[in-house]
This record gives sequence, C-alpha cells and structure tokens, in this order.
Amino acid sequence: MDGWLGVVIMIALGVGFAGVMIGLSLLLGPKNPTPEKLAPYECGMPAVGDARERHSVKFYLVAMIFLLFDIEIAFLYPWAVALRDLGWPGFVQLVSFFAILSVGYVYVWRKGVLEWGPVARTRGQAQRPAA
Amino acid sequence: MLDSNLHAIVPLLCVILSALAVMAAEAFRSPGEDMPLGGLGLVGLIGAGASAVALWGRNASSFNVIVADNFSLFITLLLVVVGVLTIMFSGPVVARDGLPKGEYYALLLFSIAGMIMMAMANDLLVVFIALEILSLAVYVLTGIRRDDARATEAAFKYFLLGAFSSAFFLYGIAFTFGLSGSTRLDRVGAFLAAQSMSDNPLILVAIGLLLVGFAFKISAVPFHMWTPDAYEGAPAVVTGFMSTGVKAAAFAAFTRVFLSTFEPFTGDWAPMVWALAVVTMILGTVVGVAQSNLKRMLAYSSIAHGGYLLVGLVSANDIGKAAILFYLLAYAVTNVAAFGVIALLGTKDRPNDELRDFAGLWHTRPALAALMTVCLLSLGGLPPTAGFIGKWYVFSAAVSAGYYDLAIIGVLTSVISVFFYLRVVVMMYMVERDAALTPPVKIAGLGMAALVASIVAIFYLGILPSRVLTFASQSISTIF
Repeated sequence: MDGWLGVVIMIALGVGFAGVMIGLSLLLGPKNPTPEKLAPYECGMPAVGDARERHSVKFYLVAMIFLLFDIEIAFLYPWAVALRDLGWPGFVQLVSFFAILSVGYVYVWRKGVLEWGPVARTRGQAQRPAA
Repeated sequence: MLDSNLHAIVPLLCVILSALAVMAAEAFRSPGEDMPLGGLGLVGLIGAGASAVALWGRNASSFNVIVADNFSLFITLLLVVVGVLTIMFSGPVVARDGLPKGEYYALLLFSIAGMIMMAMANDLLVVFIALEILSLAVYVLTGIRRDDARATEAAFKYFLLGAFSSAFFLYGIAFTFGLSGSTRLDRVGAFLAAQSMSDNPLILVAIGLLLVGFAFKISAVPFHMWTPDAYEGAPAVVTGFMSTGVKAAAFAAFTRVFLSTFEPFTGDWAPMVWALAVVTMILGTVVGVAQSNLKRMLAYSSIAHGGYLLVGLVSANDIGKAAILFYLLAYAVTNVAAFGVIALLGTKDRPNDELRDFAGLWHTRPALAALMTVCLLSLGGLPPTAGFIGKWYVFSAAVSAGYYDLAIIGVLTSVISVFFYLRVVVMMYMVERDAALTPPVKIAGLGMAALVASIVAIFYLGILPSRVLTFASQSISTIF
C-alpha cells in the first residue's frame, strides 16, 4: 500500500470539499421556494406535459438498428486506420463481417421496418396471416 | 486448399451459413408461401456434424482462440444431435401454433452456433461472446409466442437474470485478466501454474465470480430461480432444446475452464462446487416431487441432473471427465424426447402439460405412452437405459475420487426422483382417461420419427455404451 496515501488524501479532500460546500449552502442559504423553482429544470422553459408517454414502437426498432450499424462503423474505423498493416486477410475478414450484417439489413428492409406510416403497419400484419 | 487456420471453424461456419440462409429466405418469402426452412437448418447441422467427424483427432485450432480438439468435437456432435431432433419436433409444432417460421429456425440455428462456439472457445472473451450469442437467441425463443402472457413473463425473467449472471461472468474475466495479463485459457493456466498464487485472495474472487456465471447457466442451486418459470413458459419444444443444449455448452466451457485452466486451484474451488452439487441434487429432487405441471417437474429434474453433472466435475478424475460427456449425451437425447412428447401432445390453445392431461394416455395413444415411459425411466436412471449408465459412471467417479458422501446423496436423490417419474407412468397406464378434459390430438409423422430415433439412442447408450464411452475418454485425453 506504499505510495497510495496521497491518492487517499486527494479523494478525502475532494469528497470533503464538495460535502462541506453543499452542506454549508444547505445550512446557511436563504430558502424562498416558489412553484416555479420547485419544478424540474428543463432548459429554462416551462415544462410541457409529462415525460412518460407512449411512443410508437417504430422508434425502438430504428434505435436498435441504429445501434447495430453504429457498431459496424466502430469496427470499420480502426480497420481503415490499420488498412495497410492488415492487408488482404483483414480485407476478407471485414467483407465477411459486412456480408453477415447485410443479410440482417436485407431482412429488416424486407420486413418493412424502414417504412413509416400506416402503409407499413398494415403490410407487416398482412405478412402474418397464420398467427 | 483452405488456410489451415480456418479448419477448426468449419463446423461453426456450416451452422452460421445455414442460419443466414434461413434469414435471407424468410426476407424474400412471399406472405403465404411455404418454404422448407427447417430443411435448410438440417443441411447446415449435418454439414457441421460431418466436418466435426472429419476433424476428429486432428487438434485443429483457429486464430489460437477457437480449438477443435476432440473434447469440443464431442460436444459439437452432441449439439448436432440435439439440433436435428429439435428441428424434427419443431416442424409440426411451428405449423400448429403459427409461430413465425423464419425467425424461429434462424434463432434456433444461431443459438446452436453460439453453443458450438462456447464448446470450442479457448479464450475467456470468446466464451463470453458465445454465451451471449446463444443466450440472446434463447431469450427470444422462450418468448416466441408473443400472445401468451406466461411465455412473455418467462422470457423477461430469463433475460433479466441472464443479463445479471453475464455481469458476474464478465467481472470474473476482468479479475482473471488483471491477475494473469491474458484472457487466453492456456496462457492463464500456464501463468497460474508457474506462479504460486495460492495466498493471493484475488484469484479466489476471480474463480468465485466465474463460478457464479457458470452456475446460473447450468441452473445450479441457488442460482436456479429462473429455471422453472422459463421452462414452463417456453413452448415445450424450445424447453427441450434449451434444457439440453444450453446445459451441454455451459458444462463444456465450465469443464474446460475449471479442469484445465484453474486445475492448480482444485483444492480451492472443489469445496464450493461440492456444496453446489449437494444442494442442487437435493433441492431439484425434493421440490420436483411437489409439482403438478409436467414441464415444471421436468425443469426441477433438469436442475437435479445439473447436480449429478457437478458431481462428475468435482471428482476431477479421468472417469469423472468422461462421465460428464457421456452423461450430457444421455441426458440430451432423453430430455429432448421427453419434451418432444409434451410438444406433440399440445394443441394451439392448450399446452396439455399438466400431469392430469397424461391420465390414461396408454388407452388412447399406446405408442406415445410407451415412448414417454422409456424417457422417464432413463431420466430416473433405471437400467437398461442411457440414464442408468450415465449415473453409474458419475457415481463411480465420485467414489474413486473419495467423495463417498456425494455418491450416497446422489443415489438417495435418484431414488426419490424415481418416485415422481413413476407417478407420471402410473397416471398414463392406470388412471382412466377423462374424455371431456382433452380430446386426443393428431400426432405428426416427423415428430414420431424423431421420438423413435431418440428411443433407439437411449437403448443403444444403455445396452452398448462402451463405444461411446471410448470416444468420451478419448475426448478428454486431448485437453487435460
């Protein structure tokens, strides 16, 4: 545990300073609450309605697909940086990775996930007559 | 022809490509069109099985993280058997219940790919990725009947607890990496063996966290809470698949990590696994007696079977390791068939999985009742079935390792478990059928063929086990 004492003192000072400051303002500060002050802070604008309302399931689908292809980009970037070092084997690996994700892309496209509006909704239902 | 680096992943590739083919076919399927999607899956699985046979004894390895030694190939072949039987049972069930066909088969194949990968993984991170691939697919399969409230509840519980256990597992990997500087199993093992770490408490933390992660997946008590709900809520054919496939894959990785990498610390983890095995065997059996739903009863029986497998693991000798492999195979064919019977007896509106639904089955469907009896006797461990030989080897491993207490508890709980298996048999043969309760259903030929195949396998493993046992003991000699 040698040499870590400084870190412990640093953490204690940080926590202590923040705690003392918040505690002091809690004890000494003037309190004059109004309904506006007690409302949740929303960029200075008056709050409009409740945040807990139902969204279309489309948003979740798009969010999931976004996540998936975002990760694809995250893999693409380091590959682009190390392109020359990785050479052809790296290229083949990346292409097969893309090919797998493309099957998923074709699948969501054909299933109508990327279509918006009432047309897409009825089409999705029509594909499941057996259910 | 092929880069020799790629040999070991050929079985994996076969399954993944067939899953992708199923997905692409589903995307271009016009609404009413009927495609042989299950057949595509069978082609991939048979390819995986054939390549596993071709790779036997060659100790192939890909990129140093996927190894196709005989141990993983044995598990791969087991999973191929489970997959083929499941697809044969699924055909009629998917059509009857109106399940989304393309998604069902694609998820099934992806989870089998994850299981094979888990058995082949030689790196803790690859084990984790494989665990997630198989788990995510199985969560969705559990809740694939979206209009069924119980299935949705089961899937949600399974998902939450599974995610929780994954966190434990990942934390264990982090500690292992922190101690040894690698996640590769061979390197971690070499490092731990070279250094005297016995007095370092962090290694115990790492082993403990990994143990919790595995214990969740094999549903060992006290990490079994999700099992009865998930097994009861899922469609019976999916339950049969996940109670055998997930368990086989998790035990494969469990065995590899604990008996090769953490082998120097056997003295530290053996007492923990010993305790897990004892409570798992006792609770699985005792609570199983009280169930009135057959799927729930078989879920507790599956927990108890996990306990017997842990006995083989804690024995940690050569008989024990071979016994784990043989027991997994015997349990897999038996349990898939038992859940197959339940799946075939169900209807779209009624699962027909209560015990009283089986009353007098002998009088209406004698063949099905006879096949179910064989499965139940094998689960109970009565000769001349596969379950008997499996238990015999597990308990003899415990005795030869000096764990007489485990062997005694195992035999006693087996005797108790025979009671609840035989209760179903008594129901089927001796109780009159209440005609108003359940009208007899039409049984599909494909499902019946799968049942007969599993029964033949149960008797083959029970009467002539020496061939498969030789394979099993060859498999463990390659890695340990």
